Amino acid sequence: MEQFVYLDNSATTPVKPEVLEAMLPYLKAEFGNPSSIYKKAAAAEMAVAEGRRQVAAALGADPSEIFFTACGTEADNWAIKGAALANQAKGKHIITSQIEHHAVLHTAAYLEKHGFSVTYLPVDEQGIVSPDALRDAIREDTILISIMMANNEIGTVEPIRELASIAAEKKILFHTDAVQAVGSIPVDVKELGVDLLSLSAHKFGGPKGVGALYIKKGTKIDTFMHGGAQERNRRGGTENVAGIAGLGKAITLATQNIEEKRERITALREKLIAGIMETIPHARLNGHRTERLPGNVNFCFQYIEGEALLLRLDAKGIAASSGSACTSGSLDPSHVLLALGLPHEIAHGSLRLSIGEQNTEAEIDYVLSVLPDIVKILRAMSPIYPG
Amino acid sequence: MYSEKVMDHFQNPRNVGEIEDANAVGQVGNAKCGDIMKMYMKIEDGIIKDCKFKTFGCGAAIATSSMATELVKGKTIEEARQLTNKAVMEALDGLPTAKIHCSVLAEEAIEAALADYHERQGLPFEPKKHCDGCCGNCEH
Repeated sequence: MEQFVYLDNSATTPVKPEVLEAMLPYLKAEFGNPSSIYKKAAAAEMAVAEGRRQVAAALGADPSEIFFTACGTEADNWAIKGAALANQAKGKHIITSQIEHHAVLHTAAYLEKHGFSVTYLPVDEQGIVSPDALRDAIREDTILISIMMANNEIGTVEPIRELASIAAEKKILFHTDAVQAVGSIPVDVKELGVDLLSLSAHKFGGPKGVGALYIKKGTKIDTFMHGGAQERNRRGGTENVAGIAGLGKAITLATQNIEEKRERITALREKLIAGIMETIPHARLNGHRTERLPGNVNFCFQYIEGEALLLRLDAKGIAASSGSACTSGSLDPSHVLLALGLPHEIAHGSLRLSIGEQNTEAEIDYVLSVLPDIVKILRAMSPIYPG
Repeated sequence: MYSEKVMDHFQNPRNVGEIEDANAVGQVGNAKCGDIMKMYMKIEDGIIKDCKFKTFGCGAAIATSSMATELVKGKTIEEARQLTNKAVMEALDGLPTAKIHCSVLAEEAIEAALADYHERQGLPFEPKKHCDGCCGNCEH
């Protein structure tokens, strides 16, 4: 029997059948362009409006504050470049953290090349951005703060409400990349007090190729994608109607039973963490022990390398990921693990198992039945393993 | 991403381990970069009678170590010194570009073990000339 256990839900998730159903009409009969005037296009226009209403409802926002994008990366780019350019008369300083996704880090680096200055806040050994450090980093010319809600690699959930309230006090715009958080933990834009928030459909049972940016009413931000009058003149380009319908359905499904789901997935996570700690020596859990995404498990196994571990897991039918340099095509291991203070040689041996809604306890048992032996085999091959 | 041969040598590596009475041991790479290869050899009458390895590294690092030990076993020292990273790669049906350095490491590990042998025997050892592959006179 060929076993397949998908534990890379932070990378992407399977599209739920109901989501696919919600999308299909707009890929078939209802192919109209939402901007067209004739009756044939009405269904498409309504689908976009319904998707917007669903996303707004899930986030506690007003539909007029939701703007569709092509992905989470576009939402991050828009939020940061758009807010920076629109507010540069006030100042050219931006604050973010060292553990952001590259969609934020590389966007910030781009702005640095164009005359902005950026402070990259460090994190503690569990990956938390300190509110005091944020307070200290704020300058007269700070115009934007961007801190992710939950880290994609180590799962640490940042104290966004506290960080955003510091920004609000100083009247500085606050953006959060919530791509990993939405659908996993409750996200309410009013409760968090953020001005801008990015999300991506395929992280919670929706299709790839569609995301959204929440822009709080009154936020000063430039248009990022120039073109037609779509998205109230703020994001040109014919709408991804099927994708938006899928996003709307997926966010509704992912948020309606979120507490129950969180509890169930957290229990699987705790079982997996406890099982690994019990059976594998020299294993280090990365990220915060409790303030972490329900489905995130991230370990470093000393004396072995992550890619070799992934290949061996794949041979056993387990799909996972690693922050090892060998999987990223660069020489350095994950910037997130290095920001935690881990030495390179330990960061090379990282493994991320991200649990999703579809995973079962039997699958966790299966992982626990094969992982210790794989680590043992690779360590037996390693010249640095003390034995 | 990897050829079947690479996957075979990664999943079923040949000659893993240490040789207790090895008379040639060489180690290259470092943990910081995520690759360490250690080669052990038993050399008798100028012939590599046995060769084993231990490797900390990715799939390609383990597969190239395995293949390199296979290629030098039973060979004379002179023959083993002719082994190039290209030959290791070819024997594995190729490597992704990002992994070519693993085959270079395998060549260097063999060379390091042979240098150690010469030192132990008190024999002179002329290190391989490093070239940039531009003269066209060799296989580099």
